[in-house]
Amino acid sequence: MANAIEKPKPAVQQPTRRTGLSRMQAREELTAYILIMPWVLGFLIFTVGALVFSFGLSFFKTDLLSAAKFVGLNNYQQLLFEDKLFWQAVKVTTLYTLGVVPLQILLSLSVAILLNQRIFGIGFWRTIFYLPSVVSGVAVALVWMWFFQPDVGLFNALLAMVGIQGPRWLFSEEWALPSIMLMSIWNIGPSMIIFLAGLQGTPADLYEAAQIDGASTWQQFTSITLPMLSPQILFNTVLGVIGSYQVFTASFVTTEGGPNNATMTLVLYLYREGFLTARFGYASAIAWVLFAIIMVFTLFTFRSTRDAVFYEAQTR
Amino acid sequence: MAELAQFDLVLAKALRRRDVPTIIVRLLIYLALIIGGGIFMLPALWMLTTAFKTYAEAQVFPPVWLPTTIQLSNFTKPFQDLPFQKFYLNTITITVIAIIGVLVSCTPVAFAFARLAFRGRNALFALVLATMMIPDQATLVPVYVFFAKLGWTNTFLPLTVPSFFAVDAFTIFLLRQFFMTIPRDLDDACKIDGGGPIVLLLQVIIPLSTPVFGVVTILQFVGRWNDFFGPLIYLNTLENYTVSLGLRLFQTRYIVETNTMMAMSLLAALPTIMLFFLAQRYFIRGVVLTGVNR
Repeated sequence: MANAIEKPKPAVQQPTRRTGLSRMQAREELTAYILIMPWVLGFLIFTVGALVFSFGLSFFKTDLLSAAKFVGLNNYQQLLFEDKLFWQAVKVTTLYTLGVVPLQILLSLSVAILLNQRIFGIGFWRTIFYLPSVVSGVAVALVWMWFFQPDVGLFNALLAMVGIQGPRWLFSEEWALPSIMLMSIWNIGPSMIIFLAGLQGTPADLYEAAQIDGASTWQQFTSITLPMLSPQILFNTVLGVIGSYQVFTASFVTTEGGPNNATMTLVLYLYREGFLTARFGYASAIAWVLFAIIMVFTLFTFRSTRDAVFYEAQTR
Repeated sequence: MAELAQFDLVLAKALRRRDVPTIIVRLLIYLALIIGGGIFMLPALWMLTTAFKTYAEAQVFPPVWLPTTIQLSNFTKPFQDLPFQKFYLNTITITVIAIIGVLVSCTPVAFAFARLAFRGRNALFALVLATMMIPDQATLVPVYVFFAKLGWTNTFLPLTVPSFFAVDAFTIFLLRQFFMTIPRDLDDACKIDGGGPIVLLLQVIIPLSTPVFGVVTILQFVGRWNDFFGPLIYLNTLENYTVSLGLRLFQTRYIVETNTMMAMSLLAALPTIMLFFLAQRYFIRGVVLTGVNR
């Protein structure tokens, strides 16, 4: 090893803070910089470089084959003021996020609370609720396409049993987006486990004290469980929104954005503009708007919840 | 109820005390789990049973759940039309190389952030965390252009090479969290023996971190195996297709043959499902390790 020359620690260590770094510390620092090199390079190439390049590209018109043409703010102007399909994609993706994220949180929290009741067979139940989250998105979509099939599918068969003529689901402009949202709600595995871990980390003495004070189950839930879970709720919300704004596979496989663009998500639109019609400058502008939406949301969430989120460590 | 009480201590206690409200609540909990679990398993169950049905039975309305005759040819037919064995091989290749890349590149980075003192450490680590907020699509176009200029499209390189550059911020974070839990006394012992940081990493931290490497491997495996967007953009000839792309291609050709399509979906999903059953606690542990209670 390169460190073989290093002397063992002297028995009495000299205070080195004021006089600069000791040789050993300098060596440690150098090693650290070498060790983080893969990340530094990756960050510079795939994050900073790519973001800067993407930003630059968004001011050009280019298909990568012919020479790029500088168009100034044209891409953004067209995107924000003329492109109806872009706004449709913003609307669809936002509706999707507003529908899916709260429902996922509610559902995963409910399941986590059920699983936290010292029930029998917790491993079995956990498996059942987690399993849909590990299955390939394409395979999931294929199953759901049959569920939604208007003529022979499961949902309309069930509805027919109670005498209701079901909608045309993925083929209907009104129902296509709700169908895709319903399909996405099954994906609660990771957030459920995060809630479960949070619940198990909540000290039992809080509940005991509340019971002695005569608090009802509901009061215990709102005054202990929810505040103690607020970091997990914040975490799941932020990650859920970031993920939802990037939804692609679900609508690409089932409807390819249709019918009549009712399920055209932002990333699907970006994919179409960038990789099917080769308008890379325009696609970069879409990417930047997507990035901006997610950034604004994330910062807004962190700021607005700063006082509402309770970290146990703060009180220690 | 008596049988259940053998396993459920709360229920057993409530029965003994004749505490009727608690008994009712307990039974309602199981009822909710059975109904909820049933609904959750519906897609998987339907995939499983339809995969063995005949074409006629898969199309019948109202649907039947259990096949009356088991038709195994559903699983072999797609292999005759498309080189699915090649798709599997490709997916395995990409997945394995990417996992190796992630482990090899993220481990030293996470170790430095967890254990070594250097100027700018906190600021740099904040940057690592910040990259988690950046959607992949924000950098998609330039990264694609970059790889296209290198002539790497329609190869596995764009899907594997970036993982060697520690681009996965979440993995760095996960590994760092675990490394922080390893007692510092070991560092001092290592220093007293004259070992520097590299010795510490190779001889102390890595041998003690197999559980977290398991977590990373499994999460990466599921992510890479199910990745659809990356292969869709970069791979465009059949001999390079992954399982997800093959399944999508299969869908466009056999849209009405639900039974063969479900058989293929089952085969595509089987590796991750098996992995989940075998290594469930690693999944759970991975999520818990992120320690949202920071």
